[in-house]
Amino acid sequence: MAYSEKVLEHFKNPRNVGTLDKESKNVGTGLVGAPECGDVMRLQISVDETSGEIVDAKFKTFGCGSAIASSSLATEWLKGKTVDEAMAIDNMDIVEELALPPVKIHCSVLAEDAIKSAIKNYKEKQG
Amino acid sequence: MLILQSFSRNNIIESNRHMSVQKIYLDNNATTPCDPRVVDAMLPYFYQHPGNAASRNHPFGWAAEDAVDKGREQVAKLIGVDAKEIIFTSGATESDNLALKGVFEMYSRKGNHIITLKTEHKAVLDSCQKIEKKGGDVTYLDVERNGLVDLEKLEAAITDKTILVSIMWANNETGVIQPMKEIGDICKKHGVLLFSDATQAVGKIPVNPKQIGVHLMAFTGHKMYGPKGVGALYVSRKNPRVKVTAQQDGGGHERGMRSGTLNVPGIAGFGKAAELAAQEMQADAERLSKMRDRLETSLMEQLEEVYINGAKESRMPHVTNLSFKHVEGEGLMMTFNQNIAVSSGSACTSASLEPSYVLMALGLGDDLAHSSIRFSLGRFTTDEEIDVAIDMLVAGVKHMRALSPIWEMYQEGVDLESVEWSAH
Repeated sequence: MAYSEKVLEHFKNPRNVGTLDKESKNVGTGLVGAPECGDVMRLQISVDETSGEIVDAKFKTFGCGSAIASSSLATEWLKGKTVDEAMAIDNMDIVEELALPPVKIHCSVLAEDAIKSAIKNYKEKQG
Repeated sequence: MLILQSFSRNNIIESNRHMSVQKIYLDNNATTPCDPRVVDAMLPYFYQHPGNAASRNHPFGWAAEDAVDKGREQVAKLIGVDAKEIIFTSGATESDNLALKGVFEMYSRKGNHIITLKTEHKAVLDSCQKIEKKGGDVTYLDVERNGLVDLEKLEAAITDKTILVSIMWANNETGVIQPMKEIGDICKKHGVLLFSDATQAVGKIPVNPKQIGVHLMAFTGHKMYGPKGVGALYVSRKNPRVKVTAQQDGGGHERGMRSGTLNVPGIAGFGKAAELAAQEMQADAERLSKMRDRLETSLMEQLEEVYINGAKESRMPHVTNLSFKHVEGEGLMMTFNQNIAVSSGSACTSASLEPSYVLMALGLGDDLAHSSIRFSLGRFTTDEEIDVAIDMLVAGVKHMRALSPIWEMYQEGVDLESVEWSAH
């Protein structure tokens, strides 16, 4: 199974690897997956309160190349979007962009879950 | 930069000399390259001596028959049996099928119960499932945490309907070697036939079925520097005389147990591989176990949280199966798989998205199974290659851990067992 160029590119040069302060009020943290499944994604967003725009996004992933590429791509897409725009990101967009084969589609689903989970966490903090 | 070393006079490998990309093969349990001397032994039978070994009436056939006779002697000698006790097949999968289904059908009046292990190769497990559909009763025994069978449980599982015990000599994923002598004694005591899939052991460690009490044994050329497409099944002819019902019909070749035109060049190669193995097995094993130990020790010294899967004290000399905690196997392989060939027990590497059933049977737990890499060294592995592999593995694991949220959590002292993960 050869990986697509895009997956390899994200794998070799992952974007936005890191950690934001999860205690901060304008940071939303999504932690999805489980070690037993071989896939854990932690995706964090930092939102500008006034504009509602996602100004920073960071990820860390335990998983295969496709999982890492999916979450790396997600952080790229999140930056500059509003929280509501981010909710519209669909896993099939990720599949298409990375040319994921059928057996790896679930990695994109997890990335979508991670996005939604981070947004939910942020919204809960706003009260 | 390492240049791919040529160990042969073959032009095919020579042409790779100019490549400055390292290509290190540490996946010998998947298959082995042909020893160039094996290829030399095969070549005459493609064009100069192209006869069918069953053509009794002309020199083309006689030459082919001679080659088969010689190959059979060489293979038999490697495992200490009589040439008449070797049936040639297309490989170990076919040999496994022939042994299990052949015994089940031949001895159906005696009983229908077979005992095997959960860690056997799919060729054994799937054959057993087929047998169950045909009215067979199969017991799949668990193994201990180190991969070894519990001998008491084995003996307790035997009933008066048991016709066969099937236990692999050495495991393909972990390299664990079963206590074959003790298993042989138990089977002898209860008058039950013993079959062993010895594919990963023959030609690499001394394997002598007659001394051990193994009555049928499967093995193949391509795991011992021979060609793919040819294997053997040892079937005892004396004390006891064993027969198997043919699974492939069409002319009655191989004493009526396996019909079909013999793979003459393959058998010539298989025989040569067996002869070389008999001569070089011990030296290879000593050299490889030192390299394997160095690989293991270096990785465990330079990295934290590295675990060995499978009984260290009862293991093939050239194999190590390691789990790198908090790093997923396929992702890790992606950091070096342009240069180094290995295998992983991670679910991400299988078409079924299930982690290695062998590692699961050892009680590893999914997360360690997902983090596992199998290294299997071989006759052509060099010390320089091990040096490069160590460096690339250490760099790869560190890179993946920097990306891993669970490695970060582990370092912060979070108890990962207590975290509520979201199911998916």
